[in-house]
Amino acid sequence: MNAALLEVRDLQVRIATRRGVVRAVDGVSFDVPRGAALGLVGESGSGKTMTLRAVLGLLPPEARITAGQVIFDGQDLVPLSDAQLSRVRGSRVSMIFQEPMSALNPVMRVGAQIAEGPVVHLGYSRARAAERALELMRRVGIPDPERRLRAYPHEFSGGMRQRVMIAIALSCDPELILCDEPTTALDVTIQDQILRLLARLCGESGVSLVFVTHDLPVVAQICDRLAVMYGGQLVERGEASELLAAPRHPYTLGLVRSAPDFDEVRESLVPIPGSPPSLITPPPGCRFHPRCAFAEEDCQVTEPPLHLLPGGRATACLHDERCLQAAP
Amino acid sequence: MSFVIHRLLLLIPVAVGVTIIVFFMIHLIPGDPARTILGIHATAPAIAELHREWGLNRPLAAQYWLFLNRLFHGNLGQSLFYQVPARTLIFGRLPVTLWLIIYSVVLAIVISVPLAMVAASRKDGARDQAVRAIPLVGLGMPQFLTGIVLIYLFALRVHAFPVGGYGSGIGGHLRSMFLPSLTVAIGLAPVIIRSLRVSMIEVLGSDYITTARAKGVRGGRLLARHVLRNAVIPAVTVLGINIGFLIGGTLIVENVFAIPGIGQLMIQSIFARDFPVVQGVTLVFGVIVVVVNLLTDVAYTLLDPRVRFGR
Amino acid sequence: MTALTGTGLPVELPRARSGRWYRQPALVAGLMVTGAIVAMAIAAPLLASDNPTAQNLGATLQGPGAHHLLGTDQLGRDTWSRLLYGARVDLRVAFIAVLFPFCIGTFLGSLAGYFGGWVDMVLMRLVDIVVAFPFYVLVIALVFVLGPGERSIYIAIAIIGWVSYARIIRGQILVAKRQEYVLAAQSGGLPTYRIIARHLLPNVISQAIVYALSVDMIQDILAIVTLGYLGLGIPPPTADWGSMIAAGQSFITTRWELSMIPGIAVVITGFGLSLIGDGLADLLRRGES
Repeated sequence: MNAALLEVRDLQVRIATRRGVVRAVDGVSFDVPRGAALGLVGESGSGKTMTLRAVLGLLPPEARITAGQVIFDGQDLVPLSDAQLSRVRGSRVSMIFQEPMSALNPVMRVGAQIAEGPVVHLGYSRARAAERALELMRRVGIPDPERRLRAYPHEFSGGMRQRVMIAIALSCDPELILCDEPTTALDVTIQDQILRLLARLCGESGVSLVFVTHDLPVVAQICDRLAVMYGGQLVERGEASELLAAPRHPYTLGLVRSAPDFDEVRESLVPIPGSPPSLITPPPGCRFHPRCAFAEEDCQVTEPPLHLLPGGRATACLHDERCLQAAP
Repeated sequence: MSFVIHRLLLLIPVAVGVTIIVFFMIHLIPGDPARTILGIHATAPAIAELHREWGLNRPLAAQYWLFLNRLFHGNLGQSLFYQVPARTLIFGRLPVTLWLIIYSVVLAIVISVPLAMVAASRKDGARDQAVRAIPLVGLGMPQFLTGIVLIYLFALRVHAFPVGGYGSGIGGHLRSMFLPSLTVAIGLAPVIIRSLRVSMIEVLGSDYITTARAKGVRGGRLLARHVLRNAVIPAVTVLGINIGFLIGGTLIVENVFAIPGIGQLMIQSIFARDFPVVQGVTLVFGVIVVVVNLLTDVAYTLLDPRVRFGR
Repeated sequence: MTALTGTGLPVELPRARSGRWYRQPALVAGLMVTGAIVAMAIAAPLLASDNPTAQNLGATLQGPGAHHLLGTDQLGRDTWSRLLYGARVDLRVAFIAVLFPFCIGTFLGSLAGYFGGWVDMVLMRLVDIVVAFPFYVLVIALVFVLGPGERSIYIAIAIIGWVSYARIIRGQILVAKRQEYVLAAQSGGLPTYRIIARHLLPNVISQAIVYALSVDMIQDILAIVTLGYLGLGIPPPTADWGSMIAAGQSFITTRWELSMIPGIAVVITGFGLSLIGDGLADLLRRGES
């Protein structure tokens, strides 16, 4: 089966605001093969969260998918109605969110929340779903699950709540899990635990992942492929270790340089100068050019297409070979 | 649990204050209270008798103590008009008023919840604007007028309901009390709708609803298990705050529809200058509000596990 | 204004609104409606066709006609004139009745908000106690106790109504007293009453004024009309919308307009005031953002 599990093609998401139309996602394409983990990286405002939400049609009311396709297992999800999408959500594709405190229903017991998926999608009886919930809680490493089943979200710590979210995501044995910065709100030590958990679970069951984050070391730990987003567009794509070792886009280069790395003590952290572009009136030509150290005249004029490089990589820089010369 | 105890403790000064205000009513009467109250029956011995009975010659504190003492023994004074203990009159009619209150709350909820849901589901849409316009007209409409209109339309033109009274038997009660309860409910609905709509909009926009939708939960299940369960919590609080208004509404409605509850008793006693009964009814109303507020707090604790299990 | 199509999905963008008060539709409409009613009330002697208390037992319960614009009531009094003079009474009493709670409540609320501590605690307990009684129960009981007439109404409403203002002002002052200009005034050694009266109050009073003009005014009009209906308001023969409605209730099957006309008048007045309240509140909010 050569076709990828998830194929996003030229996705466009626009948001209506008082100040104008925001081009939150502007022509993004990527593939997620079965069993693979794709990291979607970028600063806040780069459009990565919107992309993820668009896959399941969970955009906020002011936002709309205005073009593109989201092909899951051969079927385009974009034209589907909310009713049809709900059959996919939670059962074949599930999602994990950033803030476990606000993402769990405060008045519903944790066990019931985990059991809800199987009840709705798999037709489990309450008893059977409860057993499944218990089993899942053990799998994600929640201690004393029999008692915790009847507890409420506010009785759990942040890390435990995130484990609950993961249990919910796994409850119907999905084929794809979308992760929206699940570790950003957690302590560093807990982050590590959660990442290991995710990696293990995916390894065990062959579930594909799309992992959105702004944190490079995190994504390096768990993903085998990366897609870098900037200003609502995809600027670089490729295999994770290669990309991080030798970036072919100035933005990726900047990200790598500004990320702390615990394995090697770097000389100094170099932040990327400037601020994210306006998504209402983006800069002409390449969106990164105002902040790019290697910018040339043509960068201000031509919008660089994503062109392929050897080894399954792609970059949207007109002068990507410059990056090779700079050491990360 | 400690939350409830805490609220109970806060209630004590309020309860005391309520008794003080009711006690003080007699001293607001200009001139000699006994003479004014007795009116045309004000003979010297009658005045002296009242003075003695109410201890009007003694210092204020002593009077209050006397009053409180009587209260604890369940003595609300003697009706000047009927010559029976005020307590008998009041408690005899109390069930009717309680019926009216409960029926009104039920109808208010039945009206408000669907309207709030309609408004919240498409914020700023046409239906939302329509629902938001309701308080604009509703606020200016006195409850007795609503009652009169309802009587005219549904009791006089169309004989669907009786013009007034309490009726007999459960069925009779339900029928007779429908229009009055509806009147009170209509008075209360705009307030409940407004706050329920806001809290539903808030809930609809929250993260856990997105999570639920991401799980594939939708429609009725989403509404019942996720949206409503969270949205009712602030609405219960609002209902509790407005319970005074609701109960005041029953007072007026009882008089429009000639319902034999304590509200009608109060007005009748005013015209009969039966001060002890008026005082007693005022006190009972105050107590009802305080008790209902306490019940609302308890309900709130039961509904919101974050409060119940502390932090 | 729709923006953007792409896949043909129009997206509505919110309209920009200006802050000019005369461009606020709600405020303008409210002012017009209420203004019209107030104008008619003031001009009652000019507009009325008869003395509102003049009885004419030979022409009772007549429908609208040549002599009597809106007909007559059961004692032959002209409904139109009674309506106008009733407006005078009800509006005047309501307006005056709003002033006392406003002043008392603002005063006490600023004390509670500014000083905090036990002053605040005592005041809040007092508020809780007053609020423990349903509004009408207490108003009616007080009016009974104080005797019939206008003065009792003012006193009763003052005793009960100050609570809302106290709460509003207290809340506003609690926030405002942390502002820099208050610290500046305090460090300048200004006496407390001056700080509160000349520095804090002018900044926080706007919400109380909106409340007074809209919600409270409506509440007072309704209270006066209700008291009139129950027979506890302004004593007869003075015309008053409430007593007109009560008198008309017995004749509702034949002359429904006797009750409904004053009723509609009350509703329209309330509606106008609501619009003013909404418009003012919107205006304030825009001014703050």
